[in-house]
Amino acid sequence: MPIPVRLRVNNTPREHTIEPRVLLVHYLRDHCNLTGTHVGCETGICGACTVLVDGKAVKSCTVFAVQADGSDVTTIEGLATNGHLHPVQQGFWDRHGLQCGYCTPGMIMASVHLLATGAAGSREAIAEGLRGNLCRCTGYSHIIDAVQNAQQAANAEVARA
Amino acid sequence: MPDQTPYIGRAMKRVEDPRLIKGIGTYVDDLRLPGLLHACILRSPYAHARIQRIDTTAAKAIPGVVGVFTGPEVNDSCGLVPCAAAIPDLKAPKHTVLASDRVYFVGHAVAVAVASDPYIARDAIDAIDVDYDPLPVVVNPEEAVKEGTPLTHPDLGTNVAFTHSVAGGSNIDDAFKRADRVIKHRLYHQRLTPMPIEPRGAVASYHAGEGTLTLWSSTQIPHLLRTLLPGMIGVAENKLRIVAPEVGGGFGAKLNVYAEEALVSHLAMRLNAPVKWIESRRENAASTIHGRDQIGEYEIAVKNDGTILGIKSRTIADLGAYNQLLTPMVPTLTGLVLTGCYRIPAVKIDIVGVYTNKMSTDAYRGAGRPEATYLIERLMDVIAREMGVDRLELRLKHFPAPTEFPFATSCGLTYDSGNYQGALTKAKQLAGWDQLLKERAAARAAGRLFGVGVSTYVEICAMGPSAAMPAGGWEWGCVRMEISGKVTVITGVSPHGQGQETSFAQIAADRLGVPIEDVVVLHGDTNVAHYGRDTYGSRGTAVGGTAIVMCIDKIVAKAKALAAHLLETTADHVEFANGTFSSPGVTNREIPWAELAGAAYIAKSLPAGFEPGLEASSFFEPSNFTFPFGTHICAVDVDRDTGHVAIKKYIAVDDCGPQINPLLVEGQVQGGIAHSIGQVLFEQTVYDENGQLLTGEFMDYAMPRASDIPEYVLGHTVTPSPVNPLGVKGVGEAGTIGSTPAIANAVLDALEPLGITHLDLPMTPERVWQAIKTRTAATV
Ligand code: FES
Ligand code: FES
Repeated sequence: MPIPVRLRVNNTPREHTIEPRVLLVHYLRDHCNLTGTHVGCETGICGACTVLVDGKAVKSCTVFAVQADGSDVTTIEGLATNGHLHPVQQGFWDRHGLQCGYCTPGMIMASVHLLATGAAGSREAIAEGLRGNLCRCTGYSHIIDAVQNAQQAANAEVARA
Repeated sequence: MPDQTPYIGRAMKRVEDPRLIKGIGTYVDDLRLPGLLHACILRSPYAHARIQRIDTTAAKAIPGVVGVFTGPEVNDSCGLVPCAAAIPDLKAPKHTVLASDRVYFVGHAVAVAVASDPYIARDAIDAIDVDYDPLPVVVNPEEAVKEGTPLTHPDLGTNVAFTHSVAGGSNIDDAFKRADRVIKHRLYHQRLTPMPIEPRGAVASYHAGEGTLTLWSSTQIPHLLRTLLPGMIGVAENKLRIVAPEVGGGFGAKLNVYAEEALVSHLAMRLNAPVKWIESRRENAASTIHGRDQIGEYEIAVKNDGTILGIKSRTIADLGAYNQLLTPMVPTLTGLVLTGCYRIPAVKIDIVGVYTNKMSTDAYRGAGRPEATYLIERLMDVIAREMGVDRLELRLKHFPAPTEFPFATSCGLTYDSGNYQGALTKAKQLAGWDQLLKERAAARAAGRLFGVGVSTYVEICAMGPSAAMPAGGWEWGCVRMEISGKVTVITGVSPHGQGQETSFAQIAADRLGVPIEDVVVLHGDTNVAHYGRDTYGSRGTAVGGTAIVMCIDKIVAKAKALAAHLLETTADHVEFANGTFSSPGVTNREIPWAELAGAAYIAKSLPAGFEPGLEASSFFEPSNFTFPFGTHICAVDVDRDTGHVAIKKYIAVDDCGPQINPLLVEGQVQGGIAHSIGQVLFEQTVYDENGQLLTGEFMDYAMPRASDIPEYVLGHTVTPSPVNPLGVKGVGEAGTIGSTPAIANAVLDALEPLGITHLDLPMTPERVWQAIKTRTAATV
């Protein structure tokens, strides 16, 4: 039996009637047409589907859309503001943190969460914090560089303010 | 004055990235077509069974299900899955798109359901009822070659697909007669699953009026598909458009023509509606090609001073149940570089390809060269230890001198250029080799298991001259100077993460003297890139980039003729620099590209016989492969109590010739090394004795994560290749080829004080711990 679900996605209110079994990742991709969130496994391992739900990094293949009812979801498409890349996006671009780009939206969202929680203080901390995200292309080094770059940009921002 | 430092050689960030970091790239699963139907495939849970009965009634009755089809209903319309490898006397099973009356491996496609929604298509699969009658299963290839064992394909009468023998160089028997010692060793190169993070997927759309079919596929080889699919689906090549949109990693897994690509094409025509199929991770693990899986027995003839006189190898290659595109060719590639960087006068190679009830093996990152490099580099360490010679001295002693290139090997190749001594010296410096050995001595004295490993490798890239390739090894390109002075570059290679939208733009911008922002690189759509041989075998830049250079040379020559006309002189008096044509001494006038292109297309004042337009296309046929090389050094700490291996230091010196974009080279090397860290320390595709796949998800197949990766020290030397005008060699697989033996050698070096001289891959904590425990128990 389809049931209603209401949530905010990238600051836009959304309202759909969907089957309760629909995963959040499929809801975002197929009902909201936000295909930047990717599916790599559907078993909660690869992290390609990572989005922010109420500010927390969540693997969107591990929750049903109806479980996210009432929450505030940010996907990769909602990360840049006023046409400006988020520092993490910029870091990935500057430091060649992606090759095929398939893991990238999930990596970026997980990294945004790391930065926001102050858990990106060192290379080791970043590597540890990204253990839930698989990348088969880059070998991770440039991803860690990218997050460090973003952390430095954020620090510089704070210093300026 | 614009910046005139060349773009080539600059670590430029990629032009493909903005769309990918914003999440607005289009991968296959992101396609939205009106009336799109979704296919889901039912796969065999048995490794070998007879299909007694399939009942699809219940599945068909589900609302939203458009059709359910079994092998007998589609196989006649779909042709056989092709194998392009030319192996004499290959015994090959008929590889139908869906299983006919038997299944031959876990994951073998049995039926397909098509529905209006992917969830409903999955429901339909669950509602199909199949009766299987299980049959004896073949899982061990060494057993499988023996008489009287069960058969993977009973109708072939044998499990042996082919035998392949090559002898090269001087007489092998003489070599062994002259030997002071014969060293024997056995090495197993375990089965691996490539696991690109994007699984495969395909969307087909048929235009009944035009009779044209468009197939979007997550593939590395849109052009090979366009060549090979017509034979399967009955749509002619010139009515077939293949698009490789954003492709989420390949590593060889998408260098194939798969049953599903024909199946969705067939279904789109049959149902007259676009059809999408997206592989699940479980399907990807079971039904997308695997790599490696070669067991080798080696005999080496050596003199007392360590001089190697000859190598004999006998390899058993587990092919799995079917030949995919290149399945039987991969083990023969291993034979081609068996002698590595070394002068080894005599070789004899015997390869037996064996069918088992598993997924096919095929070209996974490196394809044959990692196997060869792992074994020759392990063997060099074994020889050094057995003969009591220094492992670096042993390697140096067998390197050809830089002046000896082109160097003919006893495996029948001619290495284009090289300076193996240079790469080794540089790696030693970067690693602080002597210091590392001191650290090792100190660690050992303190009872710690610390090891240092080295590997020097050479590999085969820029695949390749057509004579050596199954279906043409040239590459095509097209360059158009547009009327506006903007440049469109079209390449027949099909990058999927390698970054050629950037690196080819660097090449074109330099050669044409235009700002890089004015260059667009197109690829991956056979209606745009009319011909091509795609991306694999580290060929993109060396072969595809050269085709672009040839196009540019033609355009510049043509443009000079037009410039001469406009400058009222002759072409040999026209100079071309920084995007401007001039004729110093004749006139002060300078003609920039935009003006010249305008003249070429508006065509009011052209020299006699001058064709309007400024466009050129070219096929580049390489005269040889290229042979990049390098030295990798690795230091590890092994935890005595847990068997855990920690990589403490990793130094890679790679020589891929001149680097177009060092940032991209670094990315390729780092990514390649990560695959090897996986192979040496964690990864193995495991089937149990019933042919059940135990590594069918990310949960069970342990790939490296961010915290498993050391900080790298990367260096390079530059030895240009004489094979192409850019001098480039290729770097997509180097990391994976050079690093597996470096890491393995380091672990075994760490374990040497315990007398452990061999461990199979992967050297998981459990395996290492077991070995330590057994040895320490034995010596207490
Ligand atoms: S798709 Fe969600 S974790 Fe892999
Ligand atoms: S960039 Fe390809 S998987 Fe990470």
